[in-house]
Amino acid sequence: MSNRLAYLRRLTASGAVAAALLAPAALVATAAGPTLAQEQVQKGGTLNVIVQPEPPILVLGLNQQGPTQTVAGKIYEGLLRYDHDLNPMPGLAESWEVSPDGLTYTFKLRQNAKWHDGAPFTTKDVVFTTSKFLPEVHPRARANFSHVESVEAPDDHTVTFKLKQPFPAFLKAFEVSSAPMMPAHIYEGSDYKQNPKNSTPIGTGPFKFEQWVKGSHIHLVRNGDYYLDGKPYLDGIYFRVIPDAASRALALESGQVDISQYNDVEPFDVPRLKELPHLTMTTKGYEFVAPLSWIEINTRTAPLDDKRFRQALAHGLNREFIRDRIWFGLGRVATGPVNSVTPFHEPDVPGYEYDTDKAEELLDEMGLEPNGSGVRAEITLTPMPYGETWARLGEYIKQSWGKIGVKVNLESTDVAGWVQKVSNWDYQTTNNFVYQYGDPSLGVARTYISDNVRKGVMFSNTMGYSNPKVDELFAKAAVENDPKQRGAQLGEAQKILVGDLPVIWLLEMEFPTFVNKRVHNAVTTAIGTSDNFADTWVEKK
Amino acid sequence: MAAIASFLGRRLIKSVFILFAIVVINFMLVRAAPGDPAMVMAGEAGAADQQYVEQLREQFGLDRPLYEQLGIYLADVATGDLGFSYRQQRPVWDLIADRLPPTLILTGCAFILALTAGILLGTLAAMNVGRWSDTAITVLALLSYATPIFWVGLMLILLFSVQLGWLPAFGYETVGGGYQGWDRVTDIATHLILPVVTLGLFYMAVYARLTRASILEVSDMDFVKTARAKGLTETRIVFRHVLRNAILPVITFAGIQAGQLVGGSILVETVFAWPGIGRLAFDAVLQRDYQVLLGIFFVTSVMVIAFNIITDLVYSLVDPRIEVA
Repeated sequence: MSNRLAYLRRLTASGAVAAALLAPAALVATAAGPTLAQEQVQKGGTLNVIVQPEPPILVLGLNQQGPTQTVAGKIYEGLLRYDHDLNPMPGLAESWEVSPDGLTYTFKLRQNAKWHDGAPFTTKDVVFTTSKFLPEVHPRARANFSHVESVEAPDDHTVTFKLKQPFPAFLKAFEVSSAPMMPAHIYEGSDYKQNPKNSTPIGTGPFKFEQWVKGSHIHLVRNGDYYLDGKPYLDGIYFRVIPDAASRALALESGQVDISQYNDVEPFDVPRLKELPHLTMTTKGYEFVAPLSWIEINTRTAPLDDKRFRQALAHGLNREFIRDRIWFGLGRVATGPVNSVTPFHEPDVPGYEYDTDKAEELLDEMGLEPNGSGVRAEITLTPMPYGETWARLGEYIKQSWGKIGVKVNLESTDVAGWVQKVSNWDYQTTNNFVYQYGDPSLGVARTYISDNVRKGVMFSNTMGYSNPKVDELFAKAAVENDPKQRGAQLGEAQKILVGDLPVIWLLEMEFPTFVNKRVHNAVTTAIGTSDNFADTWVEKK
Repeated sequence: MAAIASFLGRRLIKSVFILFAIVVINFMLVRAAPGDPAMVMAGEAGAADQQYVEQLREQFGLDRPLYEQLGIYLADVATGDLGFSYRQQRPVWDLIADRLPPTLILTGCAFILALTAGILLGTLAAMNVGRWSDTAITVLALLSYATPIFWVGLMLILLFSVQLGWLPAFGYETVGGGYQGWDRVTDIATHLILPVVTLGLFYMAVYARLTRASILEVSDMDFVKTARAKGLTETRIVFRHVLRNAILPVITFAGIQAGQLVGGSILVETVFAWPGIGRLAFDAVLQRDYQVLLGIFFVTSVMVIAFNIITDLVYSLVDPRIEVA
């Protein structure tokens, strides 16, 4: 025992001496670090990335859940990619052109792109994907490509979309999860959902599917035939399924995994992990989805059908507190229906600061007097069953609204029950967060227009909100080619919505992406870690 | 021998009826929960429209009447087909066959650890009743019994994986390690240690307490006094006379635990990201993956029935006065 102790002591002592000797050298190295690192891309190595929950299937055209995107975003590609400001960049399309009247979109495809089984990628695949495959199985793409009058392919590497009327958001419809290119030679003429090749996805991306050990991991390997010279740099990627949030945090901490994203880490673990020397955190890479969280209100039921009641509820919440104490500083307080990182955000709207007096005034005005125990009204809240943080939010809302005399009954469910309740309008209030997909016409209008009040359909206008003026403005803006006009229409719609308050906007959400410092270029575009990792490389251990 | 054969025959016939009832009841219970797989997938997708949900329902076979679905399912099960998981795009049998071995290894090891350590500690405590070692064992048992299982798991990960770096924090084996033969066995064994200890502690506590109490009860009986009067050594008295009589309640409980081997490990499998059947079942519940859930119910029911029969046989081996019936 004493021997071992002595040995340990010697070891630490020599370690300290060595550290002292090396310290100046290390300082010099870090000073020179950034420029050095830029130049010396190291090839090889594998990454360990958390994927949670386990995706049901990896064929991105058939399933667009977050975890599917994380993995399949390396296998499949879209025609375009988008930088952090949502400007289009080349993907499978080398270049593109939009006619001045906004009716014709022409894409030039890569000459040397190939499917993982060796077949060349051509316009045949693009035409099949956008006119047959996606409109049949992909709800978002179905809506986007419904604007297309015809798709034409004058040659193998040029494809032209003719639209029925201008639809400026169309250029945002080619991101990999919105329109993943699918191999026509595998799917054409088959029952897409039952295709036996679905278990071995074939894409054009920098990584190929290798193995899926259900419940444990998915293994992708380098596509040696990728069309960009020398890329990708990594030999392979392991996506690890880790169901428990605390275990995921510990896995990052112990270095067993290199990357986490979205909800992988619960907000309360973020401050601790941020301090760790081997990890970096970024909130970039979510600009395309630009999630916005809100309290969804069933406006069909009293007293929630009264605008003043909803405004009172808005005044009864401290959204800075929600951001700072429940989300541990992640996110920005939302002012309206459009996330400020996407175009056409309108800053000049009525505000709902935390003010219980104002809230009670509004309730008084409605004639809702407190009873003997101070209760003016009673409503139910069905918190979103997406992890602990949403449960905490539910408890906070209950307490806050209790202070203005609105008694809240919490009603807990699991995901299936929640979707059933909300989509069938069998709720009073709930939380939700919804993605915006880079343009108000793609990801915002759908929540508020009357056309989208559809029973049984999730992420539609489940509030039952209807305002003809808003409908008209969104409809006009969708087909308005002049950005200035469009901005004015969308701005007016936002002002009306903020006054009507069909939902109470909470936060423009930010997700923490933790990346081991060995890993470079993990987040380079507006879809962050869901992008293809062609540029990602790791330092040798 | 003939007695055992007829016992087995009768139990097997009964089992078939029990299984039939289990399948039907499970089918009804599973469908009583709100929501369906199409709802879950629509909720997860972030965007959905009517056509999408309808397509899914049709694919899952949910557009048919319930009795028709039950009929199809029963006919399939009778021919040994547990159905197809559309969500996971694989036959249910394959899914279960993949996930059952890791769970059996995990729970089997935990079972052996709990049983041997529990009986040993319980015996030790009973032999030293009232002394410090008895108190120490009792306190340890109480702590292991009362501490939430996932918390123990997380604390073990924190200590042995994050702080000391001795053992892997999660997983079944080193992913991408490419180990073969003995190296692979060793690799899996190192991954096993933490989850087995976590899962084993609780049952170890139960067995220790049961053994201790039972031994103390038996030690006061006349035949023990007789043995002592004959001048036998204390060790011989404990193992030959006392323990053999005292072990029956432990066997009863072990039989129950063995039956739960498969289902009882959900928490541990979740904390340690163990690719076992407990998690498969849990996910299947959340995702309303009916076929998978029913398949797991079926397989675990078969196992519970088998373990019950084995327990009854073990009784008669340990105590020949008990006859199989």
